[in-house]
Amino acid sequence: MRSLTRRKALILGAVSTTTILAGAPRGVRATPADAATEIAKFTGGKIPQTGRITIELPEIAENGNSVPLSVVVDSPMTPDNYVTDILVTAEGNPWPGVAVFKLTPMSGRAEAATRIRLAASQNIVVVAKTSKGEVLTAQRQVKVTIGGCGG
Amino acid sequence: MAEKPRIKLPKDAKRGEIIQIKTLVAHIMESGQRRDKDGKIIPRMIINSFLCTFNGTLVFSCGLESAVAANPYLQFSAKVEESGTFRFSWVDDDGTTITAEEKIAVT
Repeated sequence: MRSLTRRKALILGAVSTTTILAGAPRGVRATPADAATEIAKFTGGKIPQTGRITIELPEIAENGNSVPLSVVVDSPMTPDNYVTDILVTAEGNPWPGVAVFKLTPMSGRAEAATRIRLAASQNIVVVAKTSKGEVLTAQRQVKVTIGGCGG
Repeated sequence: MAEKPRIKLPKDAKRGEIIQIKTLVAHIMESGQRRDKDGKIIPRMIINSFLCTFNGTLVFSCGLESAVAANPYLQFSAKVEESGTFRFSWVDDDGTTITAEEKIAVT
């Protein structure tokens, strides 16, 4: 085991509030800390600014096997200022990663949508990077009636 | 994978218009979390990446994890400046690639 690096310590500190809100981790599920590690890898340790991202998710997902998710980032999407990457993580799934969308100025609009699996009620955290080096984040809570990682 | 991917985009558009593209491909997206009746883990088999190009230039791509639902649906947009062909490809864990293409006329 490697010792706790300064970066990790910072991340753990940053997510401790979220951990308290989300409750203790259960079983093999990812924890908000796992999601934060995933996010830190994505951002290279930069602390994201909250805002400019709209996450569309149902408030209550009846079937966790297929939950519609859409992400829109406020960006001009011009060749010198566009969103390059959007990371979607699920704090309460067995594995926190969901998808990474990679956009280009040819995308026209910084948006993407898909359908995801959710094991339980949890927070979805989205992080976006822009070509100007900005790192943005937003999160949204979703209640799941029947978990989608069965078997 | 016998079933053809389903792709929805306009047949024509105005120069500089931002169009919406919807894709859906038939795939089990086996998560690697499930067990069979003997309690053995069913190995992961998912589409792990997707790519869309227009006239050879990358428009949109993504990496997917097992948290993406079966028959992965993806929706994104593209700004079109000229007529041409969108090419789509989905890559599976074992390297199987599904491809498709759609033309658009830009005026």
